[in-house]
Amino acid sequence: MAPLQTPEPYDPAYDVPLAPPEGHRSASKLERVLRRGWFAVTAELNPPDSADPRDVLKAAEPLKDVCDAVNATDASGANCHMSSMGICSLLSHVGIGVVLQISCRDRNRIAIQGDVLGAAAMGVGNILCLTGDGVGVGDQPGAKPVFDFDCMSLLRTLKTMRDDGTFLSGRKLTTPPKIFLGAAANPCIPPIEWRADRLEKKIRAGADFIQTNYIYDVEIFRRYMQRVRDMGLHEKAFILAGVGPVASAKTARWMRSNVPGIHIPDAVIERLEKAEKPGEEGKKLCIELIQQIREIEGVAGVHVMAYRREHLVGEIIEDSGILSERMAAKEGADG
Amino acid sequence: MYAVRRFAVRHSRFFEGFYRAFERVMIGLDPLFSGLGYERIERPVAFAERHVKGLLFDCKMCGQCVLSSTGMSCPMNCPKNLRNGPCGGVRPGGMCEVKPWMRCVWVEGWDGATRMRQGAERIRVVQPPVDRSLEGSSSWLRVAREKAAERRAARQDREDPGKLVIARAFRRARLFEPAAAPLAAEPATALADQAVSERTSVYKANTPAEAVSKETK
Repeated sequence: MAPLQTPEPYDPAYDVPLAPPEGHRSASKLERVLRRGWFAVTAELNPPDSADPRDVLKAAEPLKDVCDAVNATDASGANCHMSSMGICSLLSHVGIGVVLQISCRDRNRIAIQGDVLGAAAMGVGNILCLTGDGVGVGDQPGAKPVFDFDCMSLLRTLKTMRDDGTFLSGRKLTTPPKIFLGAAANPCIPPIEWRADRLEKKIRAGADFIQTNYIYDVEIFRRYMQRVRDMGLHEKAFILAGVGPVASAKTARWMRSNVPGIHIPDAVIERLEKAEKPGEEGKKLCIELIQQIREIEGVAGVHVMAYRREHLVGEIIEDSGILSERMAAKEGADG
Repeated sequence: MYAVRRFAVRHSRFFEGFYRAFERVMIGLDPLFSGLGYERIERPVAFAERHVKGLLFDCKMCGQCVLSSTGMSCPMNCPKNLRNGPCGGVRPGGMCEVKPWMRCVWVEGWDGATRMRQGAERIRVVQPPVDRSLEGSSSWLRVAREKAAERRAARQDREDPGKLVIARAFRRARLFEPAAAPLAAEPATALADQAVSERTSVYKANTPAEAVSKETK
């Protein structure tokens, strides 16, 4: 019988071992990229409704070479899919950096703290702490909403596990999880005037990086970032702005009225309506958004959510010029 | 009742002052409560609390009242039971994601907080998760017990840090709302104190600001 092997996810691009580098919270590539001051890219993976591991690898295929970490969603929109944990396990074993998403909707504190240890043991370096959409919008509205934690108390709990090495009960961990903690932000929806204060609270609760919901209204986001800079928050956490291509005006309208927390200005919908090829226009719009967001001071990266349009992510990142910029920076550093 | 609940938020400043005075009275009565036995008065006080706060705030008797830190808008009325601010699903006009006919509890809460003396400061404090085993018990008595115990402890030993992990992890919350992370012994269920080791790690990581300055160099 072959000896049991410890799974050792590695980073093929940098060939860096798993122990966190000096001064880092985790071994994750995303953290290294951000701390180097490079403009980071993360992307959301469309989770399969399947028990076949090949479906996960296939879904990750268009994302793995263009982003620093792949977000594995946790039943987003309260719709049932393969679990974030399962996806993270499969991807981290083939060396793809992942962001485990934990929503407070489905699991209580006992399940979550155990999951975090399990995830860290598998090599997951990034965990995104979310409140989660209400069960009513999903495919199983009869489910019991748990919400034992909220995203803040979840963040603080994971920070306590990592930094103090204990469960919330006070029981000691023999090896604390080395994790880079993320939180979500939604700058474009009410109460807009307090969204930056809420971000401050999340950072105080333990967030190291932030991934925002879709930004389609750059003006609102600019004002938000102005407030974030005034409060000095961009120096305390890495902020990744959420973007994504929309397929058509119809999809945009549907998203606006059916997905909680998405603000799409009328001007964007109008532009898609007028376009001859709305799909192409949606892609172009996304690239423009990335380039505009790239210019805003204090933004550390983008988070691409291309639901059912993952095949476009590569082109979007390529055309936005982020990676070529990074290659130049890297060559400059090497030479 | 929804209308009364919103009235209370509009008059959050009055209720803040009232609560502060009421809290002082409750703490002053601690010797009396101890004499009578907290267990014996728990049920009648909880009964009164349920009805008074139920009328005013639609109180859900979580037993760990944090109204003064939430702009006098009870967070347990949030369908997601959020204790730390609005979720990302608030609808245009500040309506709730799950119950679209209701104003978001936290949009109301921030409103209330800005009217209060300490509201804006206290709403920024990270609140611990609710201890569900305290549901239905009186948080008035818990506040009296906690604050009185804290004062006794402060007299005895000023160096003593919190004893439980939650109290330490959510230190600021406890400072303002001791009932949110109780340390004093519960009358019925005694929680064993556990010592917590010192912090195991101290990070000296690049902040985003340092990363940027390195890049520009």
